[in-house]
Amino acid sequence: MTAPAAVAVSKGRVTVTNFSLSYDTLEGPVEAVSDAAICVNPGEFVSIIGPSGCGKSTLLNAVAGFLKPTRGEVAVDGEPVAGPSADRGMVFQQYSLFPWKTVRENVEFGLKMKGIDRSKRETSARTLLGLAGLLSFENQYPDSLSGGMKQRVGIIRALAIGPKVLLLDEPFGALDAQTRVIMQQILTNMWQRLKTSVLFVTHDIDEAIFLSDRVYCMTARPGTIKAEVAIPLERPRQQSMMMSSEFLALRRGLMSLIREESLKAMGGEVNDTALQGLGIDLHGQTLADVI
Amino acid sequence: MDNAARKLDEPTPVAAAAEAPAAAASKSAPRESAPSGKAYAQRWLALYWRKLRAIAIGALSLALFLLAWHLLTKYRVSFHVRFVNVPSPEMVFESLTRALRSSTFMSHVALSCRRIFIGFTIAAVVAVPLGLVMGRFRLVREFVFPIAEVLRPIPAIAWVPMSIMLWPTNEESIVFITFLGSFFPILLNTLHGMAMVDPVLVRAAQCLGAREASIFREVYFPATLPYVFTGLTVGMGVAWVSLIAAEMISGQFGIGYFTWEAYSLVQYADIALGMICIGVLGLGSSAVIRGIGRVIMPWGKT
Repeated sequence: MTAPAAVAVSKGRVTVTNFSLSYDTLEGPVEAVSDAAICVNPGEFVSIIGPSGCGKSTLLNAVAGFLKPTRGEVAVDGEPVAGPSADRGMVFQQYSLFPWKTVRENVEFGLKMKGIDRSKRETSARTLLGLAGLLSFENQYPDSLSGGMKQRVGIIRALAIGPKVLLLDEPFGALDAQTRVIMQQILTNMWQRLKTSVLFVTHDIDEAIFLSDRVYCMTARPGTIKAEVAIPLERPRQQSMMMSSEFLALRRGLMSLIREESLKAMGGEVNDTALQGLGIDLHGQTLADVI
Repeated sequence: MDNAARKLDEPTPVAAAAEAPAAAASKSAPRESAPSGKAYAQRWLALYWRKLRAIAIGALSLALFLLAWHLLTKYRVSFHVRFVNVPSPEMVFESLTRALRSSTFMSHVALSCRRIFIGFTIAAVVAVPLGLVMGRFRLVREFVFPIAEVLRPIPAIAWVPMSIMLWPTNEESIVFITFLGSFFPILLNTLHGMAMVDPVLVRAAQCLGAREASIFREVYFPATLPYVFTGLTVGMGVAWVSLIAAEMISGQFGIGYFTWEAYSLVQYADIALGMICIGVLGLGSSAVIRGIGRVIMPWGKT
């Protein structure tokens, strides 16, 4: 074991270079992601946004090790990714808690796989549950929790084994707007304490800006990286910042970047003028604003 | 109801600590008012009246069934269907009290239970692991599935002659029939359960460092358990059907034999006694399996 201090400095650099991934179909290969390159520096919070079907989840799944790139390389701390491992914790949109395990057993799972003994497991699980405000639910089964609570369990379950990188695939997509905002706050709080590198996939521009240090914007299929936007907002971030002129300027910038791609992803024949031709009142906003 | 309430007061981390004492207070509130027994009884009634109603209606329905049986046999109704020789409930009850005192009846019952226990247990011990392995390894599945599909539609009764040829003793052939009856429902339900395992859960386990053996133990197996228990319950039902058929055809003992013998000896009350006894045993054994399922799957909703 290396000294913890040394680990904290160097761990969690994700590099994706010349990444392409295509699926074989009867009509020939279909390219989902084409020549994408991203990186996450140690301790950094990076988001990928893009229209649905742009391959952002594909990219994330390749970092997790579930998919192999057709071309290019995915590496964490210089080591090529060969398959899923405890290095890279993952949080899924569908919660994916084990229904047959209690909340605490879910959080303990990764530690159990590491062969850590019961009492130590219990202590660290309870510490994390306390952080997430879930200690009083430790002996309940996931079915009795709300969506927001389930996803908090999902996040701390992934964090419990101290992964180098935390990967989140639209984790708050199934939550209502209010819960979602609270969850974003909780996630940033935990991230600031633990300083794990984070790669976060979402289609929500506000969410990406609020959470991230940097945002990658992807094009419609086949997905490529269209732009990389630094988010210089100071931390800790408060919800009130979402009304600041800085935030809104970033929002406007990202929106114009993504708008064209969203329209492309919707099939090409949908655009602002076409919608106005149909007599749909956009109340002075552009289609991208409405979407 | 409880769940809905809990979901509503979704606590934020900060709020959670503050909420805990409040929750404790609200929990102790009903206890304070508990001394007024009337209010407590009313609440109890409000919560459980549906269940009470179901029990009451069930009891009424059974009572009406008994009454109809009583009347049909008392007046020896013969309207194409002939109740002339059908024993009345009183006669069956009398027969039951006599049977309970005789050791032969009890040994018939005990022997049938023993056959069910052995045949069903072997079926479960073979079919559940086989189903799990078939579900996990495609090669095994592709190899075994065709055989299972060809043998499955053959009813257990059709196996009786073959079984008598196969096994040296009568006892073994009857147990074999029982085994066959429960084997396929258990196997197919286990296999179905394996196919229904959510792949995201497998991925989640992999990301948490689980390897093949752990994934099997911690994900595939518990995820399949509810289906296994469905298979066991169905399998238990079919086991009784098969057992009774086998006992009637080839047995010398057992509750199925008892029922058939009663017919040959013109002891009509015993026919009904045997039938009711089979029904009660089948019901009881299914209840036992459901009970075991509930104990080992505390996360289930039932």
